[in-house]
Amino acid sequence: MVDLTAQDMHMNQTSPVTAAKSEVKPRPKLRARRAVPSWAITVATIGLLIALWEYFGRDVNPIFGSYPSAIAAAGWDMLRTGELGAAMVQSLEPFVAGFVLALVFGVPLGLLLGRFRVFEAAFGILVTGGYAMPLVALVPLLVLWLGLGFKVKVAIIFLMCVFPIAINTWLGVKVVSKTLIEVGRAFVAPNMVILRRIVFPATLPYIMAGVKLAVGRGVVAMVIAEFFTAISGLGGIIINSATNFDTARMFVPIIVIMVLATLLNALVGVVERWIAPWQSEISARD
Amino acid sequence: MGEVSLIDVSKSFNIKIDSEIHTVQALRNVGFTIRDGEIAVLIGPSGCGKTTALRVAMGLETASSGSVLVDGREVRGCGYDRGMVFQHAELLPWLNALQNVMFGLEMKGMRGAELHDTAMRYLDLVGLKGAWNRRPHQLSGGMKQRVGIARALAIDPKVLLMDEPFGALDAQTRESLQSELLDIQARTGKTVVFVTHDLDEAVLLADRVFVMRAGELQEIIDVPLPRPRGDLGVLRGSPEFAAARYKIWQALHQAESVAH
Repeated sequence: MVDLTAQDMHMNQTSPVTAAKSEVKPRPKLRARRAVPSWAITVATIGLLIALWEYFGRDVNPIFGSYPSAIAAAGWDMLRTGELGAAMVQSLEPFVAGFVLALVFGVPLGLLLGRFRVFEAAFGILVTGGYAMPLVALVPLLVLWLGLGFKVKVAIIFLMCVFPIAINTWLGVKVVSKTLIEVGRAFVAPNMVILRRIVFPATLPYIMAGVKLAVGRGVVAMVIAEFFTAISGLGGIIINSATNFDTARMFVPIIVIMVLATLLNALVGVVERWIAPWQSEISARD
Repeated sequence: MGEVSLIDVSKSFNIKIDSEIHTVQALRNVGFTIRDGEIAVLIGPSGCGKTTALRVAMGLETASSGSVLVDGREVRGCGYDRGMVFQHAELLPWLNALQNVMFGLEMKGMRGAELHDTAMRYLDLVGLKGAWNRRPHQLSGGMKQRVGIARALAIDPKVLLMDEPFGALDAQTRESLQSELLDIQARTGKTVVFVTHDLDEAVLLADRVFVMRAGELQEIIDVPLPRPRGDLGVLRGSPEFAAARYKIWQALHQAESVAH
């Protein structure tokens, strides 16, 4: 960045070339060099929790509770027999379908809500209300409409995910700088082009925040679907183990689901840095 | 050609202060004609309506009454006959310098190799060919504003409208951009309408200075300095510069004493 000012001072045609040649180097992470890295703190916290759980959990009646080594043993068992893998695939299929549908509908819905007053007045209240909808209460009705299989599971996951995505997108559109939209207007861009080329990219960080919320809700929806429709997948293992008082086995899918949601969130973060790299470069901390 | 006329333009805004609606008269029967190929500077204290006048001319604001003519034809809304340079450049942060210049051209319908080459040519015009692949946050304030100028010029408008484009820059960057603007204007022959509150900038750039006060055009002052202006540093020290500056200062001073 050193020769940028020099370049502004000398208005000839050669200095920009030299300015461009000097690579913009990433800031050295001074903080990270001196302090304990964040991941180490996270690992230490988890390690401590597992140790405490192990120490105190061993004294508890195995029906009322379990402890990490017993859960790990049960998990290894289920992994070997292929039960866990099959359940994960069974769970993830409707999850991915419902989640993708939520993205495909939620993002355009949010963009329209934020950008067009009439659309917002007509449907905004439905989306706000839909977000707070007690979905569990509606599951029996959904079962009547869609049966007990794949379709109803997709519908439940879709309904849980679409609202946080739409609402966050909507909110994001609302805070897009007015002057950026004026740039579009100044170049006579039609409304839909402004939406696609300016509003959408400017809203991406908000959309990604909505997607992260939706991952958490979607995973919960997945388990709800497996409890209340055809019992299957990871949720199915939970409910079957619980009815057999096999607490250690019951904890295996619970932990798998938590790990899964955490990994998915991390994946969303990676995707965000990939499709919206300018954002983390602009913001103070990534 | 690139003649811009405001004919009897008025503009009022409603603003809400503590749930009370106030009507602000930003422009009151403003009329002037900016000649083809001239640099016109609109100057005045903040709130005098200079930016509103520019935005009405651009078509970003609609006049409450009156009309805007470009080369004698009434214009409604924005158009490719006018190019806007924004106060803080307002580049799209997800596009690099070249893509930002291409944006306006794409909107105009240009595609393919012509699109790329035209954008590159205008980046070269503002001296940023070598930094074409940098994104806005990797550019200094002055470089950003040069991209902003290239973006506006690339669509080949008749008139370049500039809203305090150098206001946020440091003194040295500002000086270099001022002389570069004069240079570009001399080469392209574009009409330039330039809003500023900086007296020196007005004298350095303008053929004519339009002094505004409380939503009205108060005075039009000719700047009798030769064009091309030559070295702006030398010009600043000349008695002609001082005389022109003083004349505008008086007009502004009078405007302020009336306003307060």
